[in-house]
Amino acid sequence: MNLDFLKYKKIYFIFSGTLILASLICLIVFGLKPGIDFTGGSILEIEYIEERPSNQEIREALSNLDLGEILVQPTEERGVILRMKDISEDTHRQVLERLNETNKLEERRFESIGPLIGQELKQKTKIAIILSLMAIVLYIAWAFRKISRPIPSWQYGIASLIVLFQDVFIPIGIFSVLGKLYGVQITIPVIAALLTVLGYSINNVVVVFDRIRENLLKHVGTYQEIVNNSLNQTLTRSINTSLTTLFVLVAIFFLGGVTLKYFALALILGILFGTYSSIFLASPILVAWLRWRKREV
Amino acid sequence: MSKKKTYLIIFFIFILAFFAGNLVYPQFLKLPLLPEIPFKLGLDLQGGSHLVYEADLSNIEKTEYSSAMEGLRDVIERRVNLFGVQEPVVQTQEAQGRYRLIVELAGIIDPAEAIKMIGQTPFLEFKEQRPEEETQKILDKQKEIEGKNLEELQQIEDWYLGFEDPYFQSTSLTGKYLKGAEVGFEQTATYKSLVLLQFNDEGSKIFEDLTSRNVGKPLAIYIDELPISAPIVQEVISGGRAQITGDFTIEEAQALARNLNAGALPVPIKLISQQTVGPTLGKISLEKSLKAGMLGFLAVILFMILFYRLPGILSALALGIYAAIVLSLFKLIPVTLTLAGIGGFILSIGMAVDANVLIFSRMREELKWGKSFAQSVEEGFNRAWPSIRDGNLTTLLVAVILFGFGTSFIKGFALTLSLGILISMFSAIFITKNFLRCFVKTRLENWKWLW
Repeated sequence: MNLDFLKYKKIYFIFSGTLILASLICLIVFGLKPGIDFTGGSILEIEYIEERPSNQEIREALSNLDLGEILVQPTEERGVILRMKDISEDTHRQVLERLNETNKLEERRFESIGPLIGQELKQKTKIAIILSLMAIVLYIAWAFRKISRPIPSWQYGIASLIVLFQDVFIPIGIFSVLGKLYGVQITIPVIAALLTVLGYSINNVVVVFDRIRENLLKHVGTYQEIVNNSLNQTLTRSINTSLTTLFVLVAIFFLGGVTLKYFALALILGILFGTYSSIFLASPILVAWLRWRKREV
Repeated sequence: MSKKKTYLIIFFIFILAFFAGNLVYPQFLKLPLLPEIPFKLGLDLQGGSHLVYEADLSNIEKTEYSSAMEGLRDVIERRVNLFGVQEPVVQTQEAQGRYRLIVELAGIIDPAEAIKMIGQTPFLEFKEQRPEEETQKILDKQKEIEGKNLEELQQIEDWYLGFEDPYFQSTSLTGKYLKGAEVGFEQTATYKSLVLLQFNDEGSKIFEDLTSRNVGKPLAIYIDELPISAPIVQEVISGGRAQITGDFTIEEAQALARNLNAGALPVPIKLISQQTVGPTLGKISLEKSLKAGMLGFLAVILFMILFYRLPGILSALALGIYAAIVLSLFKLIPVTLTLAGIGGFILSIGMAVDANVLIFSRMREELKWGKSFAQSVEEGFNRAWPSIRDGNLTTLLVAVILFGFGTSFIKGFALTLSLGILISMFSAIFITKNFLRCFVKTRLENWKWLW
C-alpha cells in the first residue's frame, strides 16, 4: 500500500489555513476567558444533598452579598459550581450559610486566589511559555543540523515551526469558542497541556523528517517520491502512537472529573491536530517550498 | 548476546516486576517480610486546605525580616498542631520582596474551623502617642485627601500620611516579646476582669524604655489593629509586667489570654489565597482518576495486542511492568500524588507505548525486507532508538521547564510525566528488547503471522 499524500497538498494547505484563520477570528471576536489562576477570583463547588435549586434561586439567595459577577454552573446530578471575585473567608462562610438556607448542601471545593497571586502566576506562566518555545526552537535547530540536501536544514526547522504553530493555535481557537459558548476558561492546566503538546508534536514531525533524511541517503528518486515513501513508512507509527495516547486521554476526559477535563481536552485537541499536521502538513510544506524555489530559478 | 544472558536478564526483570508489583499492591499476596508503604496523596485527593498568608512586615527592620518570619512560622505551627493534622506543612516563602506563609493541612475535617483559629490568633501591639505636630500634619492631610479618587490621590505629596493613625504610632513592642498572659481582676469594688501580660527579657527592656519615654502620656494597646485600652503611664515599669483593661467579660478575658498564650503573632498576616477540597471530593477524584487510568490502560493493551499480536502481548506485559515500577517509585521516593500527577502518569502510559510501537513497526519492516528474525529485532531496535530518544527528550524538556514553574498543579504533572518518560525509555531498552530477543531461534520466530 502506497498512498500519494502529496497529490492533494493544496487541499491540506487550504484546510489548515482556513482553520487558522477561523481561530484567529474567534480569538479576535470572542477573546479568551482567563481562569481565576490569572485574574484572581473564587470557585466554590457544592453538592446539594437532596435537590438542586434553580440558578435563579441560587442567585437570589446571594443577591445582597458583594460577590461581583456570579457565574452559576450546574454539574452532574446535584452539583453546582459558582465563580465570583476573590472573597474573604468570612464572605465564603456567609455564602455557604445563605445557600444552605434554601437547600441543604455539602461543600466540595473552594478556591480563592487574590489578584496579586494571579499576577505572579501570569508572570510565571509567561516565563514558562517563553522558555518552552526557546527550548523547542533550539531543539529543532539541533535536530535538523544534519540534513542539507536538497533543501537546507533551516527550512525543515521553519516547516516544523509552522506546524507547531497550527497545532497549538487551532486548539486555542477552539477554546475561545468553548469559552464563548460554555464559559470554558484558560487555566494553568490548559496552558501546561498546550506546552506538552508542543513537546509531543515536534516528536511526530521529527520522526517523519528523520525518515526523510534516512531515505535521502539510501535511495534514489525525486525529492517528492522520497518524501512520499517516508510518509507511508511512518504512517502506521504516527497513527498508532497518537491513538494509544488518545485512548488514555479520552478516558481522563470522560471519567477523570472536573479538574482534569479541560486539561485532557487541550491535550486531545493538540494531539489530534499534531498528528494530522505531521502527516499532511509538515512534509507537503517542504515539497511545495522546493517546487516554488525551482520555479523561481 | 548469548541466549543465556538474555534469559538471565529476563529472570531479573521478573524478579524486579514481582517486587514492584508487591510494593504497589501488597494486599494481594500479603507477604510478611516486605514493607507496606502507602501512597502519599496530595491535598486534592485526601481533602484538605492549602492556605497562603501574606505577612505585613512594614513595622519591622529589614534585617529582622527572616527572624520575624521564623517566629511567625513557629507560632502558626504550634496552632496548627492543635488540630491534630497529620504532617502539617508550614513554610515561609519570599516572592519578589513579599513574605508569605504557606500552610497545608491535609485530611482535615473542618477546614473552616482551622482557618478561623489560625486567623484568630491575636496580633498584639503597643502604640505610643505621636508628637503633636505629626498629629496635626496627618489630620490636615486627611482633610486634603477627602473625597479624592485613586488617581487624584497620587498627585498629592505624602498622600499616604492621610491613612495613618493620627494619634498613635507603632512601637517595636509586639506580641513577639510576650512570655505569657493570664486573667486577673481589678483590685477595686467592681472586680472587672483584665489580662495580665508578662514580657520576656528583651520585651521587658523595651517596655521599660517605652514607659520611661511616655510618663504621663497614654500608651495604647492594640489587638488585631483595634485599640483595646490606652492607660496613662504613671511611672517607669521595669520587670516587664503589663495589664490590659477593657470592657471584658470573664469569658472574653479568658479567650484573649488563651489566644495570646498560644502565640501572639509577631507580625500581622492576611489570607490571600486558599484552596480547600472537601474529603468527599478527594475520594471521588481519586476513584475517578484511578478508573480513568485503568480503562485507558486496558484500551492501550487491547489495541496493542490486536494490532501487533505476539509483540503486542509482549508490550502489554512490558507496560504492566512499567506501571508497577513507576507506581512503586511513587511510593519509595515518595512522590506526593495529586490529581494532576495521576493525569501525568496516565498520559505517560499512552506515551510509553510509543517506544514499543516504533520498535515493532521497524521490526515488521525489516522482516518484510527478508531479514532474519534476529537481525530484524536488532535492526528494528537500533533504527527506532534515535527517534525514541529524541522524541522523549522534547517532552522531557518541556516537563522540566514546567516543573520549574512553581504552581503545585503543574509540578505534580511535570514530575510524574518526567518520571514516567524516563522509566519508559528504560522499559523500551531493557524490557521490550530482551523480551523480543528471547524468541530468537525458537520455533515461534518462524510463524511470521505472529509478528
